[in-house]
Amino acid sequence: MKLHLKIWRQKDKNTQGKLVDYWLEDVNPHMSFLEMLDTLNEKLVLSDEMPVEFDHDCREGICGQCGVMINGLAHGPLKNTTTCQLHLREFKDGETIVIEPFRSKAFPVKKDLKVDRAAFDRIIASGGFVSVNTGQAPEANSIPINHETAESAFDSAACIGCGACVATCKNGSAALFTSAKISHMAKLPQGKEEREHRVLNMVHQMDNEDFGHCSNTEACEVECPQSISVLNIAQMNYEYNRAKVLKK
Amino acid sequence: MNMDAKIPGGPLEEKWSNYKKNAKLVNPANRKKIDVIVVGTGLAGSSIAASLGEMGYNVKSFCFQDSARRAHSVAAQGGVNAAKNYKNDGDSVYRMFVDTLKGGDFRAREANVYRMAECSLNLIDQAVAQGVPFGREYGGYLNNRSFGGVQVSRTFYARGQTGQQLLIGAYQALMRQVHKKTVQLFTRHEMLDLVVIDGKARGIIVRNLDTGEIERHAAHAVVLATGGFGKIYYLSTLAMGCNGSAIWRAHKKGALMASPSWTQIHPTSLPQSGDYQSKLTLMSESLRNDGRIWVPLRENEQREANAIPEEERDYYLERRYPAFGNLAPRDISSRAAKERIDAGFGVGALKNAVYLDFSKAIREQGVAKIKEKYGNLFDMYRKITGIDAYKEPMMISPAAHFSMGGLWVDYELMTTIPGLFALGEANFADHGANRLGANSLLQASVDGYFIAPYTMANYLSGEIHTGKIPTDHPAFDEAEKQVKEQLERFVHSKGTKTVDQYHKTLGKLLYDYCGLSRNESGLQFAIAEIRKLRNEFYENVHIPGTVDTMNAELEKAGRVADYLEIGELMCYDALTRKESCGAHFREEYQTPDGEAMRNDADFQFISAWEWRGKDNEPTLHKEPLVFENVKPIVRSYK
Repeated sequence: MKLHLKIWRQKDKNTQGKLVDYWLEDVNPHMSFLEMLDTLNEKLVLSDEMPVEFDHDCREGICGQCGVMINGLAHGPLKNTTTCQLHLREFKDGETIVIEPFRSKAFPVKKDLKVDRAAFDRIIASGGFVSVNTGQAPEANSIPINHETAESAFDSAACIGCGACVATCKNGSAALFTSAKISHMAKLPQGKEEREHRVLNMVHQMDNEDFGHCSNTEACEVECPQSISVLNIAQMNYEYNRAKVLKK
Repeated sequence: MNMDAKIPGGPLEEKWSNYKKNAKLVNPANRKKIDVIVVGTGLAGSSIAASLGEMGYNVKSFCFQDSARRAHSVAAQGGVNAAKNYKNDGDSVYRMFVDTLKGGDFRAREANVYRMAECSLNLIDQAVAQGVPFGREYGGYLNNRSFGGVQVSRTFYARGQTGQQLLIGAYQALMRQVHKKTVQLFTRHEMLDLVVIDGKARGIIVRNLDTGEIERHAAHAVVLATGGFGKIYYLSTLAMGCNGSAIWRAHKKGALMASPSWTQIHPTSLPQSGDYQSKLTLMSESLRNDGRIWVPLRENEQREANAIPEEERDYYLERRYPAFGNLAPRDISSRAAKERIDAGFGVGALKNAVYLDFSKAIREQGVAKIKEKYGNLFDMYRKITGIDAYKEPMMISPAAHFSMGGLWVDYELMTTIPGLFALGEANFADHGANRLGANSLLQASVDGYFIAPYTMANYLSGEIHTGKIPTDHPAFDEAEKQVKEQLERFVHSKGTKTVDQYHKTLGKLLYDYCGLSRNESGLQFAIAEIRKLRNEFYENVHIPGTVDTMNAELEKAGRVADYLEIGELMCYDALTRKESCGAHFREEYQTPDGEAMRNDADFQFISAWEWRGKDNEPTLHKEPLVFENVKPIVRSYK
């Protein structure tokens, strides 16, 4: 199949970028989207041009490193799928595809399609953990957790930190990412001891980064590769108010 | 060459306790004076960095990814083993030790393997305390599943994302220490050389991948937790960035490499579909709990899978290995698949796959139960192939997966360079010639959480009077100079082929001649070809751009340059080991019915290789393996 690509090229974070046109003839519809970019890059390298920088690593949808806007959609047209798991069979022969970075004020573009998502790490560092040192843990089965609670905690914990939620949100809010961690921990007995401090610290850190506010459009859940539910945001709000009431 | 494994005395069950009793400590006030560098933020790297930070050491942690959470431990699906015996089915530390030793075809140290099984108990406790949402039964207690190569259920799991959940636990522990400023984290930094001063590991040279800047970092000890190098085959289950460069550059500074040719070829990956392909996606081995593997009885079968009646299917694992059936260990399952595919019974467009069929399990347990156990794997399969595996069998194929080999380490996980430790997949220690499923997450975790914190303290106790290590030592100057020269050389190379083209050629050579099966003439051929390829690479590779900016091609060039040397060493290793054991199958040494023929009389040792310069043959050192508790038997899963 043939494709017309319009790809965001930006030399570095201080330079203005622009969309550049590329044409690919003869790509295989079974190729993954990133393999299509590999093919383009190979051509660029051999004509001594700089290849398109894009984030990727595991290419099996779990590391959370890849992610671009494809025709305006985070991770492209397929629901609940990372960019690396998207294949060209989802596109039409001759189609024009616009590829841009995950834009958000909190995710500055580093080069081409690569963005800086370190703000997510700082949110986790501010409280997204159980304060247990190596060696302190009691016997694993000493605290039973019922099946449904464990499964529900897993649903929240499944976030891969790709940032599609932020890129999709018209406000650039990190509410889905932050709330998924807060809920994961709040649901489990192990996380309950620090419940109040955690939510206050993490929300505070989120507010200190350049993320926008959540206005409940639920667009984030639609694009999330792990189908993280917006109910996590509701839980975060509950946890936050609860912590404030308890004045911890 | 000092190759004392430093195995502590006493009976097997008491060796680790004895070690801990006698190990030297560093008191809390002195820990502040000690700097430690940890390279890699997977399970082993994150857990040792967090643990050392908690104790009060100054830690610097490095990874090439944009966040510590993305290291490739994240991709392990099926689970983590621990001898908790929650199922009351006869499991014990001793049983797990025997299973692991036997699974590795008696090519690992007894004491190391026993310690890993022993520490497995604490790991589950630690992970649960961190909030890892393992699968649970309705009563609230932890659930287990069984995995290849064993007859008990000892595998703990978090759906099909166990690695992700364990890594997030370790990453969160790490970020907690970053927040407390006991750990400084350097993401997007790649280690390009090890600095050795007066025979001790004293620092590293790194490149900031965002800016191209070269930096020097000094410490009293360096930990390499940089994972495996299976990506050398190009097509593999590993992440695109996985590489062998950190351990290889340490090897060239004097650390021995042990058994580099022992690569696990995983039996349940998705088959290759074309030349453009960049990786082979793994489908968790846990699928073999409920999936049955078969090929058509008839050669060159044209019918769809569902149209082939039961009596015309060859469930070859159940046929050849009735005791273990579809749960036969990975090396055996992969070779059995290759045997059927090579004989012309493969399925799929390229005839390079076998079926993994869930119809019986779905009939017996219902779709809902199968969905709960493997839902994400079935979804992934559908996304990649467009096929609904609830309705027709999956197609799977063997793919390069795990490096059992790696830097040689002693019982303390220290390499032959004092002060240089290797943890997790980067070392060779615990899996012998074949790793059992769900033991990799385990090994990486126990190395980092429970073993290295003790063994490193024992070493670091000798460093409390050393003082800061200066980064202006001539050894830093020299290492930095060499790193810069190599980078400059690459960006001035304007040939006609890309780095990936060389990588693919090397990968194909290794897969054909140093993969699932090997023979003498093939290995000799491969060594000659790799040398030619390496020379051509330096003459003809094309690297665009400059060294002082973000440059992905330049990053890859360094890794592939190292692969072109590692590949040759793998072939030497396979060539000199004139026996078949575990993943290493030499065609000359097999039984009449095609099973591996081990040679304990001549090869009951670990091969440890010494670098002798680019154009010289490496030197082989042997660490004899002594079995005091388990008598090596012929491994049979029949």
